[in-house]
Amino acid sequence: MSGAAVRSTGSTPGTTPGTMPGTTPETTAPGTPAPAARTPGRAGIRIGPVGLAWRPRVFWYTVGSLATVLVLIVIGTAVGSTWIAPGVVIRSLLGLESGPDAFIITTLRLPRVLTGALVGLTLGVAGALTQTFTRNPLGTPDIIGVTAGASVGAVAAIVLGGGTYSVSSLVLGGGIPVAATIGALVAAVLVYGLGWRGGVQSYRLVLVGIGVSATLDAVTSYLLVRAKITVATAASQWLVGSLSSTSWESVWPLLVVAVVAVPIALATSAALGIGQLGDEVATGVGLGVQRHRLLVIALAVVLTAAAVAAAGPVGFVAFVVPQVGLRLAGTNRPPLLLAGALGAVLVLAADLLSRSAFPWQVPVGIITTVIGAPYLIWLLVRHRKEMSR
Amino acid sequence: MTAPHQDQHDTPVLEATGLSVGYDRQPVLRDLDLRIERGTVTTFLGANGCGKSTLLKAFGRVLKPQAGEVMLDGTPIRREPNRQVARKLAILPQSPVAPAGTSVLDLVMRGRNPHQSWAKPWTAEDAAVAEAAIAATGLTEVAHRDVTSLSGGQRQRAWIAMVVAQQAQTLLLDEPTTYLDLAHQLEVLRLVRRLNREQGSTIVMVLHDLSLAARYSDRLVVLHDGGVVADGTPHDVLTPALLEHAFGLHARVFPDPVTGAPMIVPEADEHDPVPSAPPEHTAPGARTEHTVPTKTEDVLASTANLG
Repeated sequence: MSGAAVRSTGSTPGTTPGTMPGTTPETTAPGTPAPAARTPGRAGIRIGPVGLAWRPRVFWYTVGSLATVLVLIVIGTAVGSTWIAPGVVIRSLLGLESGPDAFIITTLRLPRVLTGALVGLTLGVAGALTQTFTRNPLGTPDIIGVTAGASVGAVAAIVLGGGTYSVSSLVLGGGIPVAATIGALVAAVLVYGLGWRGGVQSYRLVLVGIGVSATLDAVTSYLLVRAKITVATAASQWLVGSLSSTSWESVWPLLVVAVVAVPIALATSAALGIGQLGDEVATGVGLGVQRHRLLVIALAVVLTAAAVAAAGPVGFVAFVVPQVGLRLAGTNRPPLLLAGALGAVLVLAADLLSRSAFPWQVPVGIITTVIGAPYLIWLLVRHRKEMSR
Repeated sequence: MTAPHQDQHDTPVLEATGLSVGYDRQPVLRDLDLRIERGTVTTFLGANGCGKSTLLKAFGRVLKPQAGEVMLDGTPIRREPNRQVARKLAILPQSPVAPAGTSVLDLVMRGRNPHQSWAKPWTAEDAAVAEAAIAATGLTEVAHRDVTSLSGGQRQRAWIAMVVAQQAQTLLLDEPTTYLDLAHQLEVLRLVRRLNREQGSTIVMVLHDLSLAARYSDRLVVLHDGGVVADGTPHDVLTPALLEHAFGLHARVFPDPVTGAPMIVPEADEHDPVPSAPPEHTAPGARTEHTVPTKTEDVLASTANLG
């Protein structure tokens, strides 16, 4: 009955004064025609047929970033010890080329470039998820302990593996990624379990995550200190985040995770927006807060674990990329797909730089941090200027 | 929903039976029974920490009871799907925060969530209802503005608009007037009252201001020491003895000159500036103004004689 009243006013705003409280100002006598300003153009509020899901700025930035990703994949594949013309690259990628160049592209270079793109995508989406549900720009997947757990796993595999293997042979043999994934999942379960108190509060989860991460980092340090110097160096290399020992074996698990988890993450978008309003409001409008949070954490953990297993903890991507996306799009939370696309752009660009701008290969994780951090600072400074203007 | 229409008028909207609720296994309220009748405005009162917000949270299924049960329309609230409950019951917590970049419209449309689903994501009806809710709260002009940029009163109305857009029969409001100046407090409470009068909404709220609570509520429930110490109309409940007992407040109660609702005037202590029998107050009968009812005039006279 009340619903009907609201509906009738809604369809013809201003024409039925009195059916909704407040449509008629208290000073206006009942029966007075609605104010002229109200009658045309639906009272000045524009709501599209799909609500506010359609945001041109988000859409175009996402399209632009995805196009940049494609361009960077082609350039990244073209650049190497020998330059291969982009035309040849594109034909090879489409399977129209055969011969030595096609071999170099599809067997040697493409896995690395695709791994870079997927690592950026998964870290970007994971960062957007965790920053949104913790309602904190510092709430990166690291705080759920995933990165620290993966590091313990990987370093333990390298160090306790006897040090007889090189990092690349361990990666190829599946040892490091599997160990990193197990470490990430165990850490995440630990943080979630310790954070549980008749439900999980974001704030508590962050604190527990920091504690667990610190403990796990200590374990990693201990393993490094105990290890032989050559082994410790190999482990340190992994800890910086690098794409240098990637192959198709690193692409497939990442691709599967991305194809499964990213669409699910996108489907939780509306719920994420509601969750941002706090647990009580979210419950009030019908969101199952705990179930939603578990799903979001699980997605972030799986996405991050896959990325870290493939390339090590590539620094700063999950932190900086969602914040950049947020500022570009002007939304109240980082747009997921935009964050993912920007992540891919950042990692691909960083990898390109690491391979071409220096006389020796600089691990991609160092470059992402060096590019990402100043860009975020620049955005923050510019934003502050806008605010004070 | 499942109950026949006629039964709905017999069963209370909300009912707590044997309710014990609190934090960390420490009950704040113990073995409490309370029924909220349809179409009424009920306000929970009590001293700080008496559990009035806790009770509201238990009614709003935000807090899990340690014992007992809360029933919504005769069904246990925690056993019903959350989304289904949200179509019947809307809650507004104390000082909610919207992230920067959220427009009034964004916020209000969140209230449509319980009416949406995968199959029915966003309809013209949702837009119309959100628009009407914004108009009802007088926010049409600022619908596209960032919630964080609004004044306190506007911001609170934006949250109420979200709750209104939810189209739930029952609204639970936890201190909807906190941090607002008196004019904005009245604005919010009048809006709440209109929702009750014009749409028959059931309102349950927590307020701190006793006089405002008395003015805008049909029923006051006073909590103290883990239970209900007074329950009834503002006139029946707000007595000096009750204020002393539940709040430790030494005060007098007078009918307010405008509405006749109980008005609380705290007693003076030795440091309060009380006029020592000024000449114009010594002879109340000599006053020339007769705009207030006689009863109130008597009250004023008796106040004057206190000094």
